[in-house]
Amino acid sequence: MRFRTLKELAAISLDENKTLAEVMIEEQAAETGASREEIVAQMSDYYEKMKEAVRRGLSEQNVSRSGLSGGDAVKVLDLVENGTPSSGDPSSRAMAYALAVSEVNASMGRIIATPTAGSCGIIPGVFVSSQERFGWSDEHMVNGLFAAGAIGYVIANNSFISGAEGGCQAEVGSAIGMAAGALVELRGGDAEKAMHAVGLALKNTLGLICDPVAGLVEIPCIVRNGLGAVNALAAADMGLAGVRSAIPSDEVVSVMLEVGAAMPSGHRETGQGGLAQTPTGRKLTENLMRGRKPLEPETEEPAGQAVE
Amino acid sequence: MRFKNVFSIIGPSMVGPSSSHTAGAVRIGLIARQLLAEEPVSVKIALYGSFADTYWGHGTDLALAGGLLGYATDDSRVAEALEEAERRGIEITFVRGVGLAPHPNTAKLELVAKDGRTAQVIGASIGGGNVMIHEMNGFTVRCSGEYPTIVVLHDDRPGVIASLTTVLGESKTNIGYMGVDRKGRSAEAITVMELDSVPDADLLGKLREIEDVKEVTVINLNSKEAEHQ
Repeated sequence: MRFRTLKELAAISLDENKTLAEVMIEEQAAETGASREEIVAQMSDYYEKMKEAVRRGLSEQNVSRSGLSGGDAVKVLDLVENGTPSSGDPSSRAMAYALAVSEVNASMGRIIATPTAGSCGIIPGVFVSSQERFGWSDEHMVNGLFAAGAIGYVIANNSFISGAEGGCQAEVGSAIGMAAGALVELRGGDAEKAMHAVGLALKNTLGLICDPVAGLVEIPCIVRNGLGAVNALAAADMGLAGVRSAIPSDEVVSVMLEVGAAMPSGHRETGQGGLAQTPTGRKLTENLMRGRKPLEPETEEPAGQAVE
Repeated sequence: MRFKNVFSIIGPSMVGPSSSHTAGAVRIGLIARQLLAEEPVSVKIALYGSFADTYWGHGTDLALAGGLLGYATDDSRVAEALEEAERRGIEITFVRGVGLAPHPNTAKLELVAKDGRTAQVIGASIGGGNVMIHEMNGFTVRCSGEYPTIVVLHDDRPGVIASLTTVLGESKTNIGYMGVDRKGRSAEAITVMELDSVPDADLLGKLREIEDVKEVTVINLNSKEAEHQ
């Protein structure tokens, strides 16, 4: 890849007069040796699966195996269609779609990790609802996924995208940044505006811990995806309006790394802290663990004495 | 770079609920199966860190078993993988790993084949379904399974690596990454090479003919065996 930072990515886009999507497709072809057609076909297949997950999540209750989650996407959709959402129809619809995909994920349904399964609702929520609203083609949306992927590629390689390493900021935070930057480009904003949107979005999730109840990708992950979709729309609007991230986006990414590295392990997807260890979180966990034996520790043969 | 390309960020297509605890675990299981180069009859799996703490809620046990059965990350059969393993007569046991792990989401798999051959893998799930293999058969390695990968067990003798790379060069196969480890001077050694193209049977045959080469195995997460169901 010719870019390692968001600044470099934006510079290639602006200097060569190419969209972020175009840059990503070219770099992907150079990196993997696959043809442009193959690369676009795979991303198109992923977008179809995202739409399928939205549909499934809105048409069923999708209660998880643990019984801890499910049914919230349908509630929010009902508010959009039959009520007056406070945050407006478009953002509530994005929220409903994001919740839908995350509920499908929690019930062991098929999703596309964007960048992870824990944050798989945000990009489909923003993309599918925006496509309906603005009448965009699938091709346009697939380009948006490449733009999102380019942003995520930089974040992942300079910081992290797993909650176990860097907390929820690394998963939901990254997804919001990716969705916000991509939406700026989808709406005609240039790479500079897109990168400011990424930085603005990421600042708002710095420090977010990964504290799922019972370690499951349900509470609070699903709700954070719904709210994350709304944040992505808002950050994209700031970027499109010309709001600048006073701290450059790459520096915000490095703060994510700093904060994540300093985060106690109890706040990094272990279920040992945060919401997971509240009285209610513990009670829910106990109910689920009832009758389940903890793993026995392994018995190591002493080194050099393996049985012949 | 830990994350190689756009599809390590957008993707994989997978069954939920967790890319690191479910999809990554499928891939670690699949790599272990491919290292053994056949279906195991028994597998002991040690889970470390977050894997050990939260495996049951994420279906990490199902996912590792699914990989050991040859399933891909979005195979809907992953949810019933442990039952299927039992049907096929594969004995899988889970324990809590003791000692330090290279990453919070780490698993150590020890596989035994029908004829008693063994394979061992220590793999970490580093996020977004991407994995990093840290150990194979007791050797320190570093590979992601993202590229077609050749694992060569050989004796630690001068010229073996040159012979390997010559054969690859003659078949116009490019090496993206290469790592070597040995148990000791002139003892057993391992060479792991990530390639830009899938090695064919002819190439593998030539590698196996090289003096002091004992075993050549191919790891490929995108192989036919892992086709989507």
